[in-house]
Amino acid sequence: MSWETVIGLEVHVQVNTRSKAFCGCATDFGAEPNSQTCPVCLGMPGQLPVLNKEAVDKTVLTGLAIDATINLESRFDRKNYFYPDLPKGYQISQFAIPVVERGHLDIPTPDGEKRIGITRIHMEEDAGKSLHEGLDGVSHIDLNRSGVPLMEIVSEPDMRSADEAVAYLKQLHQLVRFLGVSDADMEKGQFRCDANVSVRRAGEPFGTRVELKNLNSFRFIKQAIEYEAARQVECIEDGGEIVQETRLFDSAKGESRPMRSKEEAHDYRYFPDPDLPPLRLSQSEVEAIRDGMPELPGQMRRRFEDEYGLSPYDADVLSTTRELAGYYEALVGAHASDPKRCANWLANELLGRLKERGIDISESVVTPQLLAGLLDRIADNTVSGKLAKDVLDAMLDSGRDADAVIDEKGMRQVTDTGAIDAVIREVMAANEAQVAEYRAGKDRLLGFFVGQVMKASRGKANPELVNARLRELLKA
Amino acid sequence: MMPFTPLHAWKDQLDSGAVSAADVARLYLDRIGAYNDRLNAFVHLDAAHVLDQAAASDSHRAKHGPRPLEGLPIAIKDIFCTQDGPTQCCSPILKGFHAPYDAHVITLLKQAGAVLVGKTNMDEFAMGSSNETSMFGPARNPWDEACTPGGSSGGSASAVAAALAPAALGTDTGGSIRQPAALTGIVGMKPTYGRVSRRGIVAFASSLDQAGPMTACVRDAAMLAAAISGHDPMDATSVAGAPAVDWLAACDRRDMKGLRIGRPREYFVDGMHPGVRAAIDAALAECEKLGATIVDISLPHTEYAVAAYYVIAPSEASANLARYDGVRFGHRSENPADLFDLYTRSRDEGFGAEVKRRILTGTFALSSGYYDAYYRKAQQVRTLIRQDFLTAFETVDVIATPTSPVPAFRLGEKTDDPLTMYLSDIFTIALNLAGLPGLSQPCGFADDLPVGLQWIAPAWREDALLSAAAAFEAATDWHAKRPEGWA
Repeated sequence: MSWETVIGLEVHVQVNTRSKAFCGCATDFGAEPNSQTCPVCLGMPGQLPVLNKEAVDKTVLTGLAIDATINLESRFDRKNYFYPDLPKGYQISQFAIPVVERGHLDIPTPDGEKRIGITRIHMEEDAGKSLHEGLDGVSHIDLNRSGVPLMEIVSEPDMRSADEAVAYLKQLHQLVRFLGVSDADMEKGQFRCDANVSVRRAGEPFGTRVELKNLNSFRFIKQAIEYEAARQVECIEDGGEIVQETRLFDSAKGESRPMRSKEEAHDYRYFPDPDLPPLRLSQSEVEAIRDGMPELPGQMRRRFEDEYGLSPYDADVLSTTRELAGYYEALVGAHASDPKRCANWLANELLGRLKERGIDISESVVTPQLLAGLLDRIADNTVSGKLAKDVLDAMLDSGRDADAVIDEKGMRQVTDTGAIDAVIREVMAANEAQVAEYRAGKDRLLGFFVGQVMKASRGKANPELVNARLRELLKA
Repeated sequence: MMPFTPLHAWKDQLDSGAVSAADVARLYLDRIGAYNDRLNAFVHLDAAHVLDQAAASDSHRAKHGPRPLEGLPIAIKDIFCTQDGPTQCCSPILKGFHAPYDAHVITLLKQAGAVLVGKTNMDEFAMGSSNETSMFGPARNPWDEACTPGGSSGGSASAVAAALAPAALGTDTGGSIRQPAALTGIVGMKPTYGRVSRRGIVAFASSLDQAGPMTACVRDAAMLAAAISGHDPMDATSVAGAPAVDWLAACDRRDMKGLRIGRPREYFVDGMHPGVRAAIDAALAECEKLGATIVDISLPHTEYAVAAYYVIAPSEASANLARYDGVRFGHRSENPADLFDLYTRSRDEGFGAEVKRRILTGTFALSSGYYDAYYRKAQQVRTLIRQDFLTAFETVDVIATPTSPVPAFRLGEKTDDPLTMYLSDIFTIALNLAGLPGLSQPCGFADDLPVGLQWIAPAWREDALLSAAAAFEAATDWHAKRPEGWA
């Protein structure tokens, strides 16, 4: 019997609110250590939390987007443990009654869409950061992150391979960015994943699970899950038993090591936080949040196919992020005649160039209006598609519009028959032998002549005109 | 100038120009200088700063006229964070701690023109009923220096009773305002939970803590309560849109006509001091003379209140006190070997025995496997106790009980027996669990020590407390009795 991997994921998503979950401090990344703190997020005596409404709304929005139940009354609990970057000695979280329960997310798999259950989404506050390295044996604590709002999104154990887990995470990552509830920058720790992994032979009940921590890129997640599943299978096949434990994945070594056993697991002594009354939402508040729901990636993908006639592939690429989709729609708005040309130039030409330059679409100097200007010049034959790529390079370098670049570089396409005829005659004069062969019936030499003419015109001659005039003049 | 002058009388004298805030401040500073060594009521005092505030108040009055508490000296329990001077909660772990902020009620007192006088003694982190767990040693009762002034707000009670200050702020988690008020013969009021902001008050048990006035008479309590009450958007448990009370008008009541006073049989128990019992019986007879009807009622779950309280309060405290870990502020042990050593030694050195006992109790009650048996059960009891009061208030307007089963006891008498000590709050705890307002006022003597009469009203009905207490006070002269030897 073959082995099956069973995976459930817990994802911590930083909610991109302007201020922290329970105080007014800013949440900007990378600020001077401890500069974004106040007595509340420093856990000073007598200080009290006040819930950030924006964090609630964004968590509810996420819940609605995964078709979940929104609990109109939820509760905040204290999760008690000691750590130097946890100033109060407890984390405010939601344990018994989270704000969101029972949703799902559909993910693409080679066998078609698969529905992954989402058990719950609860709100909590982040801890600070302990810095141990490069400080001569002294640990420093940065509490800028202390109190930053998080959503913990807990899935059902519905995934059966590392690839499915990655597909789920990518789908979730895309969703929260689309919803505008998180920047979800993994390098900044805004989208962090723990995985619960077990193995079983098909048809058997779930095996003992092991929690993997510190999975901070899609690549590591895949590696870590595959490593762990293989480790468990090997262990069982060798007659061993899986122990319930938490393991830390070491991305440098590509392996995991035990962090703490079940016996060493914390007793968090959860109890309702007496500083915070239950979070009560009205149905009308929930509906108002639902009304503000943006178009979701799946809906947008289908609309791009239907409305603009895009291929499923292009529609998928262009709906990856809200910024990219927004760019595309602005481009189509400015160059409505040919949505497919818009898609090709954006997906195949502009994005690749931006990626090489390490620039995000939202920061592209070639705005949708500027790119539309270039596409207009292709449409009216001012430049050939081939030359237009050079024009785009120059536009990215200079930030100037297509016409300016075309004029400056003399790239305007030659459509004057007389001028083209003159070039053709020069080429014919220089290649008399080939002219003779062509006229003797060797038709495939036409391509040779086209190439020579285009070369002589430095690419500016309109290729269709060149074709037509060559056939005419070579006939004689 | 007479030191035993109530707050409202000082206000009249100040407003009439008969005295200045500086005069009043100097009077009380002199008295603190003369008597604090004996009473140990104040644990911190910056006399120059008090005089500065008084001078600023006089000048504010001259320029802009008086604010509600203009120039009135108020002593502050060491649990309120103040930017001026240390806030130590009488605990070694907060030794030398200076808060960079004022508690919200301190801000309100400053805005009302009050002159804040020192920090008063208290049980460590307000955990105690005799002020004996303070790192500064106990405050003493001016009626008998060998006796406790009660606790945890013992310093505030002692200060007001001996007129080292005309009024003080205390906090009440299970009786910490009312019990010391009763034991020292003054008035103490715990407002409805949510009436007064808790922001900037060092937390003991968040769902129970409430600040309130400790004063020489009922009207003074109303004046001070008026100044510190109100919604604070920065405290999520402070209630927005709470029913307003006309604090001072409530004190004008001089009779009890039509008033139905509940007398809960569970509060008149065996083992009560006979003198206390006699004083309360006499007080209720006086109320009948004033026109009240005494109704025998039952609060059937009373006997479980102490047990529930000693699960809930320590549970909350175990989390609230986790922040004192030696990492960011407060006491840190020297040369810790590692993080665990830093935590354990800092906390071992920084907390006293009673605080440790409660942290351990609370940690245990919340532990996996015990939560349902203790914390959850205690919360269920709490609901039943709340329900008891709601039922009672269907037939009575206010409830009257003794504040404490015994008058002031001798220092050291109960320190070896925490359970006996916990039982001194037997009559005060239930209404903290129910979130209700309560007031203790002097109503007689037992063994020559003051006895307190406790009034309990429905939530947000502090006016009912004040009216009953004001009528009783006007008809009797218990509040005017002064301990001897503090002239």
